[in-house]
Amino acid sequence: MDALMNPVLKLLIEGGHLTTAQMAQVAGIPEAEVAGHLEQLKKDGVFLGWRPVLDLSRESAAAVRAVIEVKITPERGGGFNRLADRLSRFDEVESCYLMSGSYDLLIFVTGPSLQKVAGFVSEKLSTLEGVLSTSTHFMLRSYKEGSFLIGGPAQEVDRLKVSP
Amino acid sequence: MKRFIARHVASLPKSGIRDFFEIVSKMKDVISLGIGEPDFDTPWHIRESAIYALEKGKTHYTSNLGLLELRRAISEYVEQHYAVTYRPDDEILVTVGVSEAIDLALRALINPGDKVLYHQPCYVSYHPSVALAHGVGIAVPTRADDGFALNAADLQRAWQPGCKVLMINLPCNPTGGTCDRARLAEIARFAVEKDLIVLSDEIYSELVYDHAHTSITAFPGMRERTIFLHGFSKAFAMTGFRIGYACGPAELIDAMMKVHQYSMLCAPILSQEAAIEALRHGADGVKTMRDQYHRRRDLVVSRLNAAGLACRPPGGAFYVFPSVASTGLGERDFAYGLLEAQKVAVVPGTAFGENGRGFVRASFATGYDQLVEACDRIERFVNTATPCSAPSSS
Ligand SMILES: Cc1ncc(COP(=O)(O)O)c(C=O)c1O
Repeated sequence: MDALMNPVLKLLIEGGHLTTAQMAQVAGIPEAEVAGHLEQLKKDGVFLGWRPVLDLSRESAAAVRAVIEVKITPERGGGFNRLADRLSRFDEVESCYLMSGSYDLLIFVTGPSLQKVAGFVSEKLSTLEGVLSTSTHFMLRSYKEGSFLIGGPAQEVDRLKVSP
Repeated sequence: MKRFIARHVASLPKSGIRDFFEIVSKMKDVISLGIGEPDFDTPWHIRESAIYALEKGKTHYTSNLGLLELRRAISEYVEQHYAVTYRPDDEILVTVGVSEAIDLALRALINPGDKVLYHQPCYVSYHPSVALAHGVGIAVPTRADDGFALNAADLQRAWQPGCKVLMINLPCNPTGGTCDRARLAEIARFAVEKDLIVLSDEIYSELVYDHAHTSITAFPGMRERTIFLHGFSKAFAMTGFRIGYACGPAELIDAMMKVHQYSMLCAPILSQEAAIEALRHGADGVKTMRDQYHRRRDLVVSRLNAAGLACRPPGGAFYVFPSVASTGLGERDFAYGLLEAQKVAVVPGTAFGENGRGFVRASFATGYDQLVEACDRIERFVNTATPCSAPSSS
């Protein structure tokens, strides 16, 4: 990472759970400056907001997630943007990216059940004018979510309590 | 049984860390600032390369000197970072940590009774390693008001006829002390003038925070009289891999290799494979960890000073070495009192030699939140300890 990089952005990327006061202490700058950086990041559209990191593949989360590859027809003047924006407005859509490669949009969808997600795809998504085809993949299990490792053997930290 | 034990082993002092460890390890919920190793796990790409090597059946002995590919990587790394060139063929020896390299160097150099200068407070193994090689250690004091930097005038004062070796460790465990170029140049001149071999333990040299690190090897006349010791334990967070190396003039490396060949044969091959990966692709990981240590250092130094435990920001390593004089307690009473009252472990400075009297070592190789909590507790302890404790006898 660039040494000139916004120190607050750096801390945000590292993903620590810090208050502005803690960020100020860690980055060695006044708290007001941290707030200023946060404001600027918001203004620049880099920092959009806080969200918890959840593992929705757990049974108790009672949620279904899917990734959908979508091919669409670009439009004169607007390219993919108008349709991508329209798709993104559905509450079911968590994230939506324009991709290079064999499809155009990659959409992350969350719903309470398989039927609900399938219904969204077949009734809302594929029926839109301009959507050529969809290919839906349901997620079965997460191994890493938002930089958190999930499952696997528990990390044992067993440093000696005092060492030379 | 005692009568069977060799005199020079029997007379080794007990480690000051050992008994403290016994107490701490039996207590619950202690925040330990007594740990001399990184809190980071080894970066995954390095661990993965060891797993891959194991899968590929790399389970055999290597050359005594170590894998040639590793020695090549070491040669390039040392040239790039320390501005000295060593030939992979005969000037580099891969060892089981810097620990083994120190032992080999001393055993290869010391005749019984030869004298070894080292600055103190220092790493716990220095004096015993000299004694085990039948040498005589001479401690040269470093001081807090000098940032625990080594001073050529103090070396002059400590020097005696029969001195053969000078051991230096910059940045230093336990003080974090470093030396600027001017001082190093003076030390180098001293070494040349007194015809000393220098063992330069640069295990913390990637972890410097204020100035770029300079190796004494790079000064005029030094390459031919320096054994450069380095390893992977600290900067690459690879303590458990037990891997390090020595670089020096071919004849010295060959003498060390003789001892190594008969006592160790070679360093573990999986660790050697991992070390190759660390040198080739580990730079980003080192920088990330160093940045974290840097922040923690600034936190701990400002909090300890605010609490009345005076310390300068250490130039390197991951230790602060504050004076506990203001509390009126000696270093042992302070450490035991703090442990008892607030469950924070720091190591009494005398574990690192007499010159550590009145100081404690606090490691900041611990998570930021833990450090904040530890500093809160230390502050509480200092506030309650100061008025009621007896003045220190030292
Ligand atoms: C100054 C110093 N030298 C050497 C060592 C030993 O390192 P290694 O793990 O490479 O044997 C340490 C470890 O704490 C150290 O602090």
